[in-house]
Amino acid sequence: MTRTPKVDRRKFLASVAVAGAASAVAPDSEAATTGGVMPPSPRPSALRPSAVVAAAESAAPAALAHAEGRPGSDFMVDVLRSLKLDYIATNPASSCRGLHESLINYGNNERPELLTVMHEESGTGMAHGYSKVAGKPMALLFHGTVGLQHATMGLYNAWCDRVPLLLMVGNHMDAATRPPGVPTTHSAQDPLALVRDFTKWDDQPSSLQACAEAMVRAYKIAMTPPMEPVCLALDAHLQEHPQNGELLSIPKLTLTAPPQGDANAVREAARLLAAAERPVIVADRAARTAAGMRAVVALAEALSAPVVDQGGRLNMPTTHDLNQSGRGPALVGQADVILALELTDLWGTLNAFVDNPQGTRTSRLKPGAKVINLGVGDLYIRANYQDFQRFAEADISIGADAEATLPSLIEAVKSELTPERRAANAKRTDDLRQARAQMRERSLAAAALGWDSSPVTTARLAADLWAAIRNENWALVSPDFFVSRWPHRLWNFEQHHQFIGGSGGAGVGYGLPAAVGAALAHRSEGRLVVNIQSDGDLMYAPGALWTAVHHKIPLLSVMHNNRAYHQERMHVQKVGNWRDRGVDRSRIGTTIENPFIDYARLAQSMGMLGIGPIEDPKDLAPALKRAIEVVKSGDPVLIDVVSAPR
Amino acid sequence: MKRQIGLWLAVAGWAVSGLCGTALAADAVKGKQTFIRVGCFECHGHVGQGGVAGLKLAPDPLPFDALVNFVRTTSGQMPRYSTRILSDDDLADIYAYLVSIPKPPDPKSIPALSR
Repeated sequence: MTRTPKVDRRKFLASVAVAGAASAVAPDSEAATTGGVMPPSPRPSALRPSAVVAAAESAAPAALAHAEGRPGSDFMVDVLRSLKLDYIATNPASSCRGLHESLINYGNNERPELLTVMHEESGTGMAHGYSKVAGKPMALLFHGTVGLQHATMGLYNAWCDRVPLLLMVGNHMDAATRPPGVPTTHSAQDPLALVRDFTKWDDQPSSLQACAEAMVRAYKIAMTPPMEPVCLALDAHLQEHPQNGELLSIPKLTLTAPPQGDANAVREAARLLAAAERPVIVADRAARTAAGMRAVVALAEALSAPVVDQGGRLNMPTTHDLNQSGRGPALVGQADVILALELTDLWGTLNAFVDNPQGTRTSRLKPGAKVINLGVGDLYIRANYQDFQRFAEADISIGADAEATLPSLIEAVKSELTPERRAANAKRTDDLRQARAQMRERSLAAAALGWDSSPVTTARLAADLWAAIRNENWALVSPDFFVSRWPHRLWNFEQHHQFIGGSGGAGVGYGLPAAVGAALAHRSEGRLVVNIQSDGDLMYAPGALWTAVHHKIPLLSVMHNNRAYHQERMHVQKVGNWRDRGVDRSRIGTTIENPFIDYARLAQSMGMLGIGPIEDPKDLAPALKRAIEVVKSGDPVLIDVVSAPR
Repeated sequence: MKRQIGLWLAVAGWAVSGLCGTALAADAVKGKQTFIRVGCFECHGHVGQGGVAGLKLAPDPLPFDALVNFVRTTSGQMPRYSTRILSDDDLADIYAYLVSIPKPPDPKSIPALSR
């Protein structure tokens, strides 16, 4: 019998550190005597430690000598508790060991409680999903440098999605005292430079008092619209060493009131809207809270105006007659006044772009149409990454938080509406009600197409899932673009928390972690949480399944397993056609086959109930019934459904 | 089962087409294979049901001439297919497949869609 040599991770890391240390403290004696010119000689892969290093490795850690007294990281826990954080997602890291130890022993791992994540990008995704449901940040505690590098895509998603996160990374600032080898490799002079293009604020405090102020300031900045991620680098020395007698205090947190629109600009916008014959409201991230959604509804009803919900959040109940999201481009083209609320892409809303070889661009606006842009997009912007999109012209531009501004806009609109206009608007409501009913009929007829076909159509997947959850207290925590928006076409989304939008930055790997984080936030409300999970996205971060099991986070994940990176396959096909080379080879580099991945067994390997793969649509409803029973008992479940591409 | 679809029902609509003779010999089973091979299913679904990326193609597909004209000349989101990529015979087979796709059940008869 042959044995595979085992690699002991601790010993391996120790040897790496020793090697680094040895090279640092023991100059090569041969090189020293020959002017540094020596022929290569056979050497062991890890040098024997010098006497100094050996003593350092085998003796009591020097840190013990100055570990008496209240550790600095205990004070950091006090500050974090003052922010009323419930969770900190962490992937353990030596540069954070001081704070980690304080959280679990001094803080008793309660409020905040540590969540173990298996990749920093997963942790960031979890915090992203959590924050959109809980309405406050989940903190993150990662290694500086390597951990932060892993976390970057998740941060960019949160940045684009305007979600507040509080990321803390460990760092060894003092080159003279930090451990040699790996810890030094993982240290940086300015670790947060890496993410400064897509975080709102960062700091690396060098005293405990400065740390307290930085933590409170970071939280306050993150929670002020435009809400965005913030980052802190926490010096390992500051964490691990005792407080040196300085008088410490925790600053009082007072959240900043969100910026409201200028009164004159709001009045001018109201005049335009109230006089409009065909106004349209387009909303993306307008409703930060349930109150925000109620405000969008109130404005729409005051104007009898159709609302196009672009889906960054749930801005408008799908059951409301004025929700006309399925007619977005047509409505924009017919409108005389367009009110844009917190749009990601105003230019893309007002213009049509055809992805053909010419990149055809045409304005959707009819002549004389007016555009009112209300949102925080102009208030905070960075130059490098282009998430601010193409420049779009507007007639009135209000740099303010839409949710905070809507109440004054509604009042102004009501005061501007004439009796004649009110009567004309009422007639428009009847037309819109009829149009919505027709859309609904068309959607139901379209959902029946291919009802019994295999792979399971995305409409069948959504319809069977809706039938299984409609009488529950449910929430969908995944975007639904890749399943042709069937949930938005078939389900009754009526409460703000029932939908949280997508990733923001369209970075794959957001889906599962965000769903787990969102499910955690829903857990205390006892909601049945549903995630329609793409296969490619899952494989970026399958470790999030383990986190859900480990922390008993109930979540029903139903796979949209189309066995490909389908969006990209369509792109490759398109270019192949443009070049007249054909599409037969487009599966190369884009499909997930040979072998197919058994997602049910993947889930099972992490202690989760995994069902599937389901290829016959008739098997889906019974599987959902079984899964929901388990989820309602408090555990996550995954159902693998082999499904149509879109 | 290999189904030879004569497309007799569609003949009136495209009798003037130069592809008429080709289409008459079209093969729905082969058409389904081609529909998958050349990636139609990616945007339009395996049974032409359509979705966010592509229009519904079946049942009741466009008249054959209109489909051919669109496939050969479009400059929209869908890339055009030249005869080098998709022969006239292949296109006729695809049309035969689309015509063969049965009508869906009435959504009112499906419990998951009728509530």
